[in-house]
Amino acid sequence: MTPTHANRTLGWTGIKRGHKARTLEWLAEKFIFVVSLSAIVMVFLIFLFVAREALPVALGRMSSVKAVKAIPPEEIGRLSQAELMEYLDLTPAQFKAMPQEALKDLMAVKVEAAAEAPKDKDAALNTTTWSAMLKPYQWSGYDKPEYIWQPVSQIQKYNLVPLFIGSLKATLVALLFGVPLALGAAIYVSQLASPKTKEWLKPAIELLAGIPSVVLGFFGLIVLASFFQSITGSDSRLNAFVAGIALGLAVIPVVFSIAEDALTSVPRAYTQGALALGASKWNAAWKIVLPAAIPGVFAAVVLGFGRAIGETMVVLMASGNASIVSWNLFDSTRTMTATIAAELAETVFGGHHYRILFLIGALLFLVTFLSNLLADVVIHRLKNRLEGKPA
Amino acid sequence: MSDTSFAQIKFKTVVPAPPPDDSTRNTALLETEKLSLFYGHVRALKEISLNIRERMITAFIGPSGCGKSTLIRCFNRMNDLIDGVRIEGKVRIGSQDIHARDVDVIELRRRVGMVFQKSNPFPKSIYENIAYALRLQGVKAKSELDEIVERSLRGAALWAEVKDRLHESALALSGGQQQRVCIARAIAIEPEIILMDEPASALDPVATAKVEDLILELKEEFTIVIVTHNMQQAARISDYTAFFYLGELVEYDTTNRIFTNPAKKQTEDYVTGRFG
Amino acid sequence: MTNNLATPPKPGYEPGLTRRRRWKLLLAKQETVPWRFESTSARLDSKFFTGLTGFATVLILAILAVILGNILVNGWPGISWRFLTAGTEKDMFDVDKAGILPMIFGTAARVILMTIFVIPIGVITAVYLTEYAHATSIFTRVIRGAVNNLAGVPSIVFGLFGLGFFINFIGRNMDKFLRPGAAEPLWGQPAILWASLTLAVMTLPVVIVATEEALRAIPLGLREASLALGATKLETIVKIVVPQAMPGILTGGILAVSRAAGEVAPILFTGAAYFMASLPKSLTDQFMDLGYHIFILSTQSPNVEKTRPILFATVLALILLTLTLNIVAIFVRARMRRRMRALH
Repeated sequence: MTPTHANRTLGWTGIKRGHKARTLEWLAEKFIFVVSLSAIVMVFLIFLFVAREALPVALGRMSSVKAVKAIPPEEIGRLSQAELMEYLDLTPAQFKAMPQEALKDLMAVKVEAAAEAPKDKDAALNTTTWSAMLKPYQWSGYDKPEYIWQPVSQIQKYNLVPLFIGSLKATLVALLFGVPLALGAAIYVSQLASPKTKEWLKPAIELLAGIPSVVLGFFGLIVLASFFQSITGSDSRLNAFVAGIALGLAVIPVVFSIAEDALTSVPRAYTQGALALGASKWNAAWKIVLPAAIPGVFAAVVLGFGRAIGETMVVLMASGNASIVSWNLFDSTRTMTATIAAELAETVFGGHHYRILFLIGALLFLVTFLSNLLADVVIHRLKNRLEGKPA
Repeated sequence: MSDTSFAQIKFKTVVPAPPPDDSTRNTALLETEKLSLFYGHVRALKEISLNIRERMITAFIGPSGCGKSTLIRCFNRMNDLIDGVRIEGKVRIGSQDIHARDVDVIELRRRVGMVFQKSNPFPKSIYENIAYALRLQGVKAKSELDEIVERSLRGAALWAEVKDRLHESALALSGGQQQRVCIARAIAIEPEIILMDEPASALDPVATAKVEDLILELKEEFTIVIVTHNMQQAARISDYTAFFYLGELVEYDTTNRIFTNPAKKQTEDYVTGRFG
Repeated sequence: MTNNLATPPKPGYEPGLTRRRRWKLLLAKQETVPWRFESTSARLDSKFFTGLTGFATVLILAILAVILGNILVNGWPGISWRFLTAGTEKDMFDVDKAGILPMIFGTAARVILMTIFVIPIGVITAVYLTEYAHATSIFTRVIRGAVNNLAGVPSIVFGLFGLGFFINFIGRNMDKFLRPGAAEPLWGQPAILWASLTLAVMTLPVVIVATEEALRAIPLGLREASLALGATKLETIVKIVVPQAMPGILTGGILAVSRAAGEVAPILFTGAAYFMASLPKSLTDQFMDLGYHIFILSTQSPNVEKTRPILFATVLALILLTLTLNIVAIFVRARMRRRMRALH
């Protein structure tokens, strides 16, 4: 088989420089290559630096135990320098800067704090361990084990489950609302509408992507919530349902664009072949084009999921922000993203709360990273299978 | 819009005159010696040995896929752009091996010009299209550029048609005019050899006739190698013809002899239309 | 089922005709049977689903219209020249005195700063991916995977990244080396520089994708023609290919700007401020922002009813900005596609 010109024009890649590069050109090429690595470097850095702040919690090395056995100041000689530093929670620079008297004062403060510390057994619990963050716990004063996220209280409670459930609820509503609409519109615009209509219809729908998420959140908060309240008369004006609808509006452009692209790039030869056999436009679209575009449509939905779960402003403004565990869609709810946005400003740099928020961020990054990977792999495999190549 | 009506095209007879016996013009400028080309493991050209005479028109004919285009792309090393290509044998231009290590390919391409099958003028004005290569060579003075642009356009038989719209986009011209812009662009830097890869195959008969007339005029100054799948075209304009089949050079002789009295039966079959 | 075309179909045979009606026709002894070209059931099916998907489309457009209409109607009375050019000196919740100039300035400044970073890097990466990278090399796939992933990272994670990397790592180390011993951090705190850099990382995929689309649309013949004239590959790229791709680069830039102007989550911890006495003057200043202002007004206003007009007007201002940019980008892209088609 002699490669024809057609093979050669399949893409610029595969065409080499074709001559020995002079110095300037060689330098320029190396420079271009290095700059292009920036995308990889950025992804790597993002994960690195978010995980870096979250690492101590992830490894279980932090402790929020309140009832620490206090060491009286007189026994300062008993501890080594390193132990003293850790007990008093000081950095090496601060430690060096303090005279002996100041250290003793700090220890006295610790003794007082220990005396004031809550005496109940909750105080002895390290709430930053993975089991505390994921499993329910019977707190004193409650009648059964609960998942509680309550970082701002005397005994900080860092259970992540309410946040997971909140994110999932809002995402679920968003996908149930947005995906059918977006897919239906994608099928209509790419297969059933006339070309003249398509010209203005497609940009019009993609205009939805030009609305910033803070505006969608505002819309949910001010307009949708009031509308919802007037219809159902319920008390919780802001809840997962309202936030989910507003979130769905953010998901629609993403799913629509990608699905419409996938449907349009199915070769027209298929559609024309079907029409020539006597199929109606809808029949051709549903039976021939849609199955051929499944990889792209699937990817569209997965990316829509990623967008929904990672969206911050909409849920921050419209979901009510009460971190409770409930599968009721009409309860006020709090998502992972809203938690980070709302609480990070008030944390102590390097403290438990700070690190746990970064941990949530790292988890979010992981979720979207995996869903992106899934979309890529599925597209690759399904496309190969459709074209008859080995997966 | 053309000023040559169909009836006015003069069809040359199929039997051309033998080439002039001018020894000063009949020297070999480009020689190949057992040239083979491999795409990976597939051998596309099989030990081609021929020489191209100076200031003659040499035509490569043969059925599609037989390696004609691949061969002329060897002459200006455009095949280097493709991954996985391997060359064996030698190509010499004026006794200089063009695959030698110290050969500057950029300079080679300046001296061996190429016109492609599908005309590809740059999306710039006609003037800029031609001035592009000149600027690459360092010609900066506007007067010089103007002069060379005019000279090239005259040489491409296009000056009269476009002299009022030099600064309009080249893409606004008809297909035949665009191809002539590409020819003007190629001759602007005064190469020694011009390679043409089916230059008229995408053009209508009127434009084709114009391009063929142009090629005959260019013969005075340039050595031309033209690949064509149109035998009558080869018979009309070329002095020497090489017949290729499946990557091999079957016969190479004056056009007169190839078309009237070929030595090999395969050539005769192809030329009389029994296959291909 | 073989179809012998030499003989006409049997009388009584007709697609879509039910058995009963066929019998009736035969009984009526009709010799010729009228041809009908479409079965009724298929047509109903088609109409229903076309209607369903058309309804979905219309619904989306209706929602879009409602949102825009609502904001326009409620926000337009509040827009005035004074509103757009006044600063919020004392009382940003005061209907008569409030203005959004600092927010407009802050938004514009951070977005312009961002384009200075993102466009060169994005264009160079796209050039590499299109012109130099091998299609099958693992490197190329990793770079593309990284670009796709960047596009999917949640915006709040970018905020965390800005905080953890730019402010806490680079900023603090800059303070350590450039101003050792200083009591107050200068670089290691939220600033417009870090916010812009964070946004640049966030919008990088947008620029890369738009530029690549333009580069790929340029036919191969153009590059070959240039090379055959004796140009080097770099010269071809710089003089022929990139200039031809300019509309695409422009589209990418406009889309990036539109996206960045509306984002609030990445700037929450990297530089947006609730209230600043003056406009940001240096790279280390914080800034006010339209989107952030909307957020604050919506959720922390002391008197919701009173601030409603200001809120709607601010939202209208932001929407006008982003939508205008989007529409301009759409036009530029459409024109570019038309011009590219002339090349082929």
